[in-house]
Amino acid sequence: MTESTVPLLKTCFYDFHIRQGAKMVDFGGWSMPLSYRGIIAEHEQTRKAGSVFDVSHMGRLHFTGPDALRFLQHICTRDLSKAVVGQSLYSLICKTDGGVLDDVIVSRFDKHWLMVCNAANRLKLLDWFKTNSAGFNYQIKDETMQTAMIAIQGPNVIALLDNLLPDPVSTLKRYHFLTQSYLIAKFTVFRSGYTGEDGVEIICGTTIAQMALNMLFKQGRDISSAPLQPAGLAARDTLRMEAAMPLYGHELHENIDPISAGLQWAVADEKPFIGSVALAEIRRRGLETVLVGLAVDGPRIARQGMTIWAGDKEVGTVTSGTSSPTLGKVIAMAFVQSVCAVPGTALEIDLRGNRVNATVVKLPFYKLAKADT
Amino acid sequence: MPSPADYLYTQTHEWMKKEGDILIIGITRFAVDELSDVTFVDLPEVGRKVAAGGTFGEIESVKAISELYAPVAGEIAAVNDALKKDPSLVNQDPFSKGWLVKLKTTAEPHGFMTAAQYDQVHNIA
Repeated sequence: MTESTVPLLKTCFYDFHIRQGAKMVDFGGWSMPLSYRGIIAEHEQTRKAGSVFDVSHMGRLHFTGPDALRFLQHICTRDLSKAVVGQSLYSLICKTDGGVLDDVIVSRFDKHWLMVCNAANRLKLLDWFKTNSAGFNYQIKDETMQTAMIAIQGPNVIALLDNLLPDPVSTLKRYHFLTQSYLIAKFTVFRSGYTGEDGVEIICGTTIAQMALNMLFKQGRDISSAPLQPAGLAARDTLRMEAAMPLYGHELHENIDPISAGLQWAVADEKPFIGSVALAEIRRRGLETVLVGLAVDGPRIARQGMTIWAGDKEVGTVTSGTSSPTLGKVIAMAFVQSVCAVPGTALEIDLRGNRVNATVVKLPFYKLAKADT
Repeated sequence: MPSPADYLYTQTHEWMKKEGDILIIGITRFAVDELSDVTFVDLPEVGRKVAAGGTFGEIESVKAISELYAPVAGEIAAVNDALKKDPSLVNQDPFSKGWLVKLKTTAEPHGFMTAAQYDQVHNIA
């Protein structure tokens, strides 16, 4: 076992997590709450009412300068010139060979751009940007330590926040954001999330963050019969799996391209960027393996790295799996050979020496009924 | 919460309680809390013989899979069938309703930790 000599980073909500009795884990170099009361309880609370997740470990990088957009266009797969002020776009950042360095959300502010990246990839990306900066006049500021970020997710969240915040959230479109002020405190509310529920993600300065969190729970209790509860990273993981959202290190990594991972929609085909030549070639050749959803028979969880078989042929590998609290069955995501990717295909997973039946199903496993917005 | 005083404890987090020639075996609350929500318990057939220190099953949670070890040699006399329907009984009540197996044995358990020793090792108050 290797012991890390670098002390774990703490978010500004660390004391809150400890007071709430959270079980803490190392995640991407941060000490984060895995769960507070139980993974399934927190999962169901999110689907039925609403939960608050500390996601301050995620990187927040601030881009300014005359070439900020041109540089972001150079490193991101998505065509960011299409974003209007107040809009966010999901994008990949790829190596020259098309392998994914990270998946990020880029938001266009009036005078700057904000990139939210995965905690474990923040330093790698900062290095990558430096290496690829020649000829671009822009400044980058890592604001991760000076700001906090929480996700508030669930069916009750939007109405509750409309009551609580100075400006309405319900009129914000998905993947749009608004900076608001409360007394002297400024914060930005993004209508986005990683759970498959409606909800928001809020970024604010660390100095007001704890006060804001306490207010959210307290006033939430005063105005709602189903108040918000904190939820940890484990529930965040089972929620995102049901919604079939990729997680870096599982469905995405440096040896996977975004096309195979089913993220072609986030790859522009009319602008050059790092990796665009390789990705165009992958598109032209067609895919050898693709990401699919699997409904797994029995109670045992298919986990990352398990082998998938079609008869006596090895055809793929599991990337994520869990026992879905909402569906009451085991679900998994996996890369399989394209010929096995049709929904309804019967496959087998080697679950620790036992072959278990699994059927290819359409993703996502869980989808919110379309809202009016 | 202290672990029950009338049980003995292994280093691999099983508890045991002797009743005549039957040893009731489960896993501790400390271990269950580490595992998180239990989703499946794989228990042996009644009648299977197990060796001291041998595995008699597996416990699986959202987070992890862990093997279950018999503290002494014996023969499986009963398994907790309620766990098939509701594995979360192990989370709710690990020291009673969430028991795992009953082992028929002539061996007298010795060399195991008392509740006070187990709680001290794992900082349980």
